[in-house]
Amino acid sequence: MSTVLEMKHICKVFPGVVANSDVCLQVEKGEVHTLLGENGAGKSTLMNCLCGLYRPTSGEILIEGKPVEFSSARDAMAIGIGMVHQHFMLIPTMTVVENCLIGAHDGNKMRLDLKTAADHIRKLAEKYHMSIDPNAKVGDLSVGERQRVEIIKALFRGARILILDEPTAVLTPQETEELFNMIRSLTSNGFTVLFISHKLNEVKEISDRVTVLRLGRVCGTYNIQDCEASDLARMMVGRDIDLSIERKTQQRSEVLLSISHLTLDSEGGKTRDLDDICLEVHAGEILGIAGVDGNGQSELVDCLTGLKKATSGSAHFKELDLLKCSTRKIMSHGLSHIPQDRQHTGLIMPMTLMENFILQDYYRPEFGKFGMLDQKVVNEYSNRLIHDFGVKTPSRFELAQNLSGGNQQKVIIAREISRNPDLLVAMHPTRGLDVGAIEYIHKKIVEQRDSGIGILLVSTEIEEVMKLSDRVAVMYEGRIMGIVKPSETSVEELGLMMGGMPLTQIRKSA
Amino acid sequence: MEFLSTFAGWTATDIRLATPLLLAGLGLLLMNLAGILNIGAEGTMLIATLMAVVGSYYTGSVWLGMLFAMASGALVGLLFAFLTVTLRANQVVVGAAVNILGSGLSATLFRILFGVSANVPLIDVFENCSIPVLSDIPFFGEAFFRQMPLVYIAFLMVPLTSYYLFHTQSGLNLRAVGENPRAADTLGINVYRTQYLSIIVGSMIIAMGGAFMSTGLTKFFSEEMVSGRGFIALAAVIFGRYKPSGIMLAAIVFMAGTVAGNVLLASSSQIPYQFLTMLPYILTIVVLATFAKSAVSPAELGKAYKRG
Repeated sequence: MSTVLEMKHICKVFPGVVANSDVCLQVEKGEVHTLLGENGAGKSTLMNCLCGLYRPTSGEILIEGKPVEFSSARDAMAIGIGMVHQHFMLIPTMTVVENCLIGAHDGNKMRLDLKTAADHIRKLAEKYHMSIDPNAKVGDLSVGERQRVEIIKALFRGARILILDEPTAVLTPQETEELFNMIRSLTSNGFTVLFISHKLNEVKEISDRVTVLRLGRVCGTYNIQDCEASDLARMMVGRDIDLSIERKTQQRSEVLLSISHLTLDSEGGKTRDLDDICLEVHAGEILGIAGVDGNGQSELVDCLTGLKKATSGSAHFKELDLLKCSTRKIMSHGLSHIPQDRQHTGLIMPMTLMENFILQDYYRPEFGKFGMLDQKVVNEYSNRLIHDFGVKTPSRFELAQNLSGGNQQKVIIAREISRNPDLLVAMHPTRGLDVGAIEYIHKKIVEQRDSGIGILLVSTEIEEVMKLSDRVAVMYEGRIMGIVKPSETSVEELGLMMGGMPLTQIRKSA
Repeated sequence: MEFLSTFAGWTATDIRLATPLLLAGLGLLLMNLAGILNIGAEGTMLIATLMAVVGSYYTGSVWLGMLFAMASGALVGLLFAFLTVTLRANQVVVGAAVNILGSGLSATLFRILFGVSANVPLIDVFENCSIPVLSDIPFFGEAFFRQMPLVYIAFLMVPLTSYYLFHTQSGLNLRAVGENPRAADTLGINVYRTQYLSIIVGSMIIAMGGAFMSTGLTKFFSEEMVSGRGFIALAAVIFGRYKPSGIMLAAIVFMAGTVAGNVLLASSSQIPYQFLTMLPYILTIVVLATFAKSAVSPAELGKAYKRG
């Protein structure tokens, strides 16, 4: 094996932030080399330097022993480096061929030769066992297919070193398996793959070697056979972490939320975003909702919190039918909501923490009378929440936008839990957070459950749902595929349901 | 028979009136597809109407006047691009400012250069030129083939623009910038340069439309003579579903309103003339309200792109 890529002493400094500091990386030809690290460890920055989007502040990049310098992505591409970004860089209104040809400059030909390009794509797809129709519109493809288009796009442009940035975040377990097969067939054909991830099991499965990054620095490069998942976790976080969680066993108590035949027509009314949803959440129970993003989870939460008007059905919580109430009425009757996107709907970023803390309840008499806020009460309340939930901030006057993602999420959780709800709807409560913050938030959620609150937990992370939930419902295209207990199911079964196979059918054929 | 020749006459007028609208629409399309929302076409056209007259007056050639107008369009485009692309100012606000600038600048310069007098200087203007054989086709030959040269150029630009946008590498890159500038950036396209070029070239085409108004449709400049065509062109792009052929159709339909108004006016109908002159504008509103929903605009239209 020969060294195909070397990064030497790379530093990348953004105004006020050191993203990479003295990073050295050596990659062999034909290997799958993983960059492992928490969010903010500097993996993506390093790869953006490699693919020409950023310029390293100092340091050297060598390709096959020769030093190179990139001033744009085109330079990196010309030398054979292709990156598949975490958020796909595709244009949904264009076809696969058109997407592959954007920015391509072969010769000085003015005319677009779609036909030749389509043939080329077809051949590439065949060679690496991917099925792709070059003339399909990208907008009509599934997430897994779009990822294949991204890989084909990189190959089409002559990439020999392929960077995959968190490629499995949006895939079902089956699609992940397909992706891994693709990666294996690529490396056996002499391609080199740089794989970015923070999912330990996947790293263990696909990598040859792994380089662990922490706080912008390299902690070390290891052969994958020499490490256990727990070693990797320790290196990544810098301390021991507890992957298990303690919980009280609980007697099943009364039904808190009962959803029956909830249906929501999509805009235009041709299809259904939610189709005949029936669910129950008991007090002291976590009902997890799993599924690939965009299968009706956010519509379900929107209907339950009064943000969207359901077409038909009912959802009873206490004496209320949630589908017929305003959001404020729902929120003031003991429901709390951790929204899916903390920066857009969870917090008002340019406002202080203090203001964000009372966002739900500012109008209540305890916070002031006659339309005036009682500053003393608000101050005490904010200080208490900051202290109780360990929000790392200089003061209650800090703007929400200046906090890290984990601390922003803590602010939301503090606000919602401190309202003493009976039912908590939490959507993607840990999305994009690092292991430490995830651990904290999981603990808080289980604490709430143990104290007798009903929780509806929506998440796309299978591990999270399996770990926290008492029961798991899987959604696919607006329907419930089945409800299972984590102890009585397997990742394979959940994966099949996430891919659209109803539980009854899976168990019948098994 | 008589009606047919009258109708052919109306068609000829419609085509001529549609020309500035078509040019402005094509110019706007280039920018829109690169993600730039420019509501300043009205102002750009106003400046061009004056510059065309100035150019023609001093050089004695309407074609040089046209070049003058296009140069003024390029300058206005450069200003717009600097403010919206480099400084990332709000595109709608800058567009509104360009309109105010166009209105004020054209009126002021006009009074400085020509003074306030009732005498209209004679300048070189576009003349009809017949295309042999084709213009001899009965009834409609003259409507289509006895027009001013710029009319032919404008309508020829429809297939040319279409070919450029949908069948060349550069056109694909431009559309990619409007749909997803970050993706375009990762693929090595210089987003800023693409937007600058599309704004400058687009503004030059818009300016051609303005020039035709003062040296083709009429024979001299008058204040506010564009009278909303820059805005109707915005509507034409949407009604035309961001396609050159669609914009051509929209321009013809919208201007048919003006022709109909004129015809009714001439026939001394009972309708007050104020209502008749409203026709093209009302038609624009109705058509937009009916069809706007089905037009899909570029995903990143009107949003400034920031690298890194």
